[in-house]
Amino acid sequence: MAYQALDYYLLDDLLTDEERLIRDTVREFVTDNLMPVIETCNSEGRFPKELVKPAAELGLLGAPYPEKYGCANLGPIAYGLINQELERGDSGLRSFVSVQTSLVMYPIFAFGTEAQKDYWLPLLGSGEKIGCFGLTEPDFGSNPGGMLTRAEDKGSYYLLNGSKAWITNGTISDVAIVWAKLDGVIRGFIVETDRKGFSAPEIKNKFSLRASVTSDLVLEDVEVPKENIFPDVRGLKGPLSCLTQARYGIAWGATGAAMAVFDECLQYSKSRIQFDKPIASFQLVQNKLAWMATEITKSQFLVYRLGQLKAAGKLRPQHVSMAKRNNVGTALDIARVGRDILGANGISNEYQTFRHMANLESVNTYEGTFDIHTLIIGEDLTGIAAYA
Amino acid sequence: MNIYLLLKAVADSEATIRPTTDGKAVNLDGITWVLNPFDEFAVEEALKMRDAAGSGEVVAVSYGGEEVPKVLRNALAMGVDRGIHVKGAATFDALATARALANAVKGQSFDLILCGKSAIDLDNHGVGVMVAELLDLPSVSVVVKIEQKAGKLLCEREVEGGLVVVETPMPCVVCAQKGLNEPRYASLKGIMAAKKKPIDEVEGNAGESQVEVIEIQPKPQRQAGQILGQGVDAIPALIQKLREEAKVL
Repeated sequence: MAYQALDYYLLDDLLTDEERLIRDTVREFVTDNLMPVIETCNSEGRFPKELVKPAAELGLLGAPYPEKYGCANLGPIAYGLINQELERGDSGLRSFVSVQTSLVMYPIFAFGTEAQKDYWLPLLGSGEKIGCFGLTEPDFGSNPGGMLTRAEDKGSYYLLNGSKAWITNGTISDVAIVWAKLDGVIRGFIVETDRKGFSAPEIKNKFSLRASVTSDLVLEDVEVPKENIFPDVRGLKGPLSCLTQARYGIAWGATGAAMAVFDECLQYSKSRIQFDKPIASFQLVQNKLAWMATEITKSQFLVYRLGQLKAAGKLRPQHVSMAKRNNVGTALDIARVGRDILGANGISNEYQTFRHMANLESVNTYEGTFDIHTLIIGEDLTGIAAYA
Repeated sequence: MNIYLLLKAVADSEATIRPTTDGKAVNLDGITWVLNPFDEFAVEEALKMRDAAGSGEVVAVSYGGEEVPKVLRNALAMGVDRGIHVKGAATFDALATARALANAVKGQSFDLILCGKSAIDLDNHGVGVMVAELLDLPSVSVVVKIEQKAGKLLCEREVEGGLVVVETPMPCVVCAQKGLNEPRYASLKGIMAAKKKPIDEVEGNAGESQVEVIEIQPKPQRQAGQILGQGVDAIPALIQKLREEAKVL
């Protein structure tokens, strides 16, 4: 059966015609292009790279940035809806788009020189070049400030050494945004991946995000030209401001994954017969469905309001933490309960709920774990940091 | 090359169609309006022909009420240059719709009028060819291929069991069938650009409707299936049912 998106509170009425058309277009793109291949990609552990060009032609890469870079200049709600629809298909393709848009194009757009912007943004927006973002290290995840990757000023160039871990798109990237300490201060560098000493081995054997490329980055005496540094941004606020952008999209995306799960479970429960009636007629199943629909509706309004705050320039990173924490955590809970509704069939890849559940385990962890976002909100409310 | 498109807003094919309480019209509450899928082939073909010609404009014309601008925006987002909303109440009478559209298009400068072969809501297959008659233009319907040749069009139209190749002078009306092309997605840039493209409004002149709706009935509920048995033994009973009840053998 065709996908039917839950809109219990007629949120559609609050969207503009353009926002609805963008949402519907991406929904159709996902239905036509991603859904036919996603289960195979997931079981083979393959990223559907053939979709990068069509996605770029549609305008999905760097959608919020200005027309002069070839981008669509979308507002926050339209951008959010793109993420929702992509992750309705799979967290992997949404992750690809998030990284390209929020973690690679955003820092170039926000911190880059005019030359860096003019060169890179059109190439990344058109999908001609793929990018990745190197902040996390094997021993520094929730505590990125402790990073060991170093940059040395060698007069005519910078010399980079270190390693990064859990990097989405790493192995297929043409360019990496690498954060490294220069004289003890975190700085951002644009590193072309064909530079000598750079390698990006893929992390295999994942249980989650199997249709997405995850890699280590290894930098051994990589020489980076002086003009490849972001000139003015210093300290953790550089990479963290990128994460705020990405987390914004993730909060919307996870909502889409939850909507996909709900749709599948609702349809299944109405057609699956046990004890001579559909399992949807049992109170325990209705309890699950009612809870799922309520949580999804709450998540939808949380991100809608988040989008309004972003458009109004009132958004704080802590607002994004609340939505990322709630919507991903809830989507994961919904997928676990949904898998239960599907019974034994939910174990098979004939159904997509298990795939979403496994993906959401990653999404709940990356870009600030559920617990770290709890502490960010806690600090914001109390003024007391409780990270260490 | 200037091309006029005749487009129709139709209920999304997933929508549940219910009659109004008086049984004379369709209840439009909660209907999602989309561009008639056959019209999408016309839009795609028009854009391709304009771009191949390197000049000219594509104008989308649609007759109806509030549902029209939304669907015209969709065509503008795909790349159509401007829209004309011919205002009036949508009707069951294909000839009235054709009159409203023909009156709106008459006197404009165009080389070609393209539309879908039919709309998926009423399935009249009428408006395109009626507009051609009203404008005294040649028309070709159910077209799966269009080729330009020395100022004329070669059109392949589907008929039972084969294709007919028709040559027609221009201007003319061509009604698109599935298979003519693969309609593009509206790009996100296209959607944003569509906001700035004009949609002119003109009052529709549809004349008197000659169709009266007596009654609209909901689709009958599907009957539950029957299990006649299992395996080879059940086949004679199945054949008997197919022959005597379903009357398909």
